[in-house]
Amino acid sequence: MPKITYISHTGTTRTIDVPVGDTVMEGAVQNGVDGIVAECGGNCQCATCHVYVEEKFLPLLDPIGEDQDAMLDTTASPRKSNSRLSCQIHVKAELDGLVVHTPPTQQ
Amino acid sequence: MGVVIIGGGQAGFQTAASLRLEGFEERITLIGDEPHVPYQRPPLSKGFLLGKQEQRHAELRPAAFYETQRITLVTARVAAIDRTSRRVKLDSGEHIEYDTLVLATGARNRMLPYEGVCYLRTLGEATEIRQRLAAAQDVVVIGGGFIGLEVAAAARTLSKQVTVIEGQPRLMARVVAPVVSEYFRGQHENKGVDVLLNATLYGIREREVLLRERTSRPADLVIAGIGVEPNVELARDAGLPVGNGITVDEYLRTPDERIFAIGDCAECPNPFAQMCVRLESVQNAVDQATSAAKAIVGRGAPYAAVPWFWTDQYDIHLQMAGLPVGFDQIVTRGEPESRKFSVFYFRIGKLCAVDSINRPADHLAARKLIGAHTALSPDQASDESFDLKTAS
Repeated sequence: MPKITYISHTGTTRTIDVPVGDTVMEGAVQNGVDGIVAECGGNCQCATCHVYVEEKFLPLLDPIGEDQDAMLDTTASPRKSNSRLSCQIHVKAELDGLVVHTPPTQQ
Repeated sequence: MGVVIIGGGQAGFQTAASLRLEGFEERITLIGDEPHVPYQRPPLSKGFLLGKQEQRHAELRPAAFYETQRITLVTARVAAIDRTSRRVKLDSGEHIEYDTLVLATGARNRMLPYEGVCYLRTLGEATEIRQRLAAAQDVVVIGGGFIGLEVAAAARTLSKQVTVIEGQPRLMARVVAPVVSEYFRGQHENKGVDVLLNATLYGIREREVLLRERTSRPADLVIAGIGVEPNVELARDAGLPVGNGITVDEYLRTPDERIFAIGDCAECPNPFAQMCVRLESVQNAVDQATSAAKAIVGRGAPYAAVPWFWTDQYDIHLQMAGLPVGFDQIVTRGEPESRKFSVFYFRIGKLCAVDSINRPADHLAARKLIGAHTALSPDQASDESFDLKTAS
């Protein structure tokens, strides 16, 4: 199973095995990773699963969809070029080793 | 003692989670009547029916969350509330004492007086429908609202013959404007769904649904989505006021200051409707739960969150912001033919609601505009060169 690493803004690091097809958000929520709220449950409706993706993985991600782009404009922590909603990142084999940083606040 | 929450749905779960986030240290007991940890219902009529999502995806948090957060999950039905002794009585006869009680009892499906009809609200019901869909050929959906149309879209996506029976002259008539209803009818028909409007159900026989117009449709699976009734009985039996839901003030409090009611079961003054309303949505459940949790720890504020809703049918994403109560003018932004358009509802010249079809940026701008009571004219709304984001 691909390993996904979540690093909080204070530096707490958790590495989780996330099944292919699940989202980075689901990997966090199902394993009690703090810093990802996912209030709407993964429907790209709330922007509380915002993460900063480590730059080298960006080319491996799907392009940002229109829904996600609009939602990213409403995040509680500043949007950066590597901002993504983790409910929109579906885990695949190539993403093994993915590192995401959770922002200081989601709400 | 501490806080007891009746109802293990989205609102009940969020109350417990928000109380801990607010620093509440005392006991939290969450009583639900389903044999699962709290889960979200929206996927049940969408990805879950298609087999794209499983139970674990719907669970709001894993079981371990409740242990680490010291939230006691109780699976039971509540028989009564005794406000004098501040105790909740379970069906088993057991009592649980409370300092503060939160009623998040939700709603239940309206039912038809026929045997063999499926309904969709719980994980158990969705699992049964999913299994029966696999073997079905002809599916009849009764009710052209959100749930009915989402189920119809899922069944059609699974290549079933699908008929939708709606008594009103248009789909989703209670919540959207005619132009939106018409768009969705067209989309369902293009996908091959038989949409029957102004239709009256006459009866359901084995493998057949009868309509009053002397027609019938074969059916090896009948699913009804004809609305819900709020679960108000516990509150009413405890002497609390009930209208179209358990009546609460803008702090989500009943006249008993130790008892709150939130989510699908509660009616609350709403500044966007300028009246008391009862809403059935994830947004309302989550925001009211958060608000009640703040009130419980002494940081309450009048509830004034902008209502928003969504439905997904095929690849059409409809997002609604605000409440189109008493609207007297509608303008559209974008063309329905482009598959991306929004409908703006005005009441006496003031923007009150926006429905967006595959236009998420419009929806998010609308939430802000409506929330801040920003002035927007119908001309600005329909002018695509006018930047809504800047205005919001």
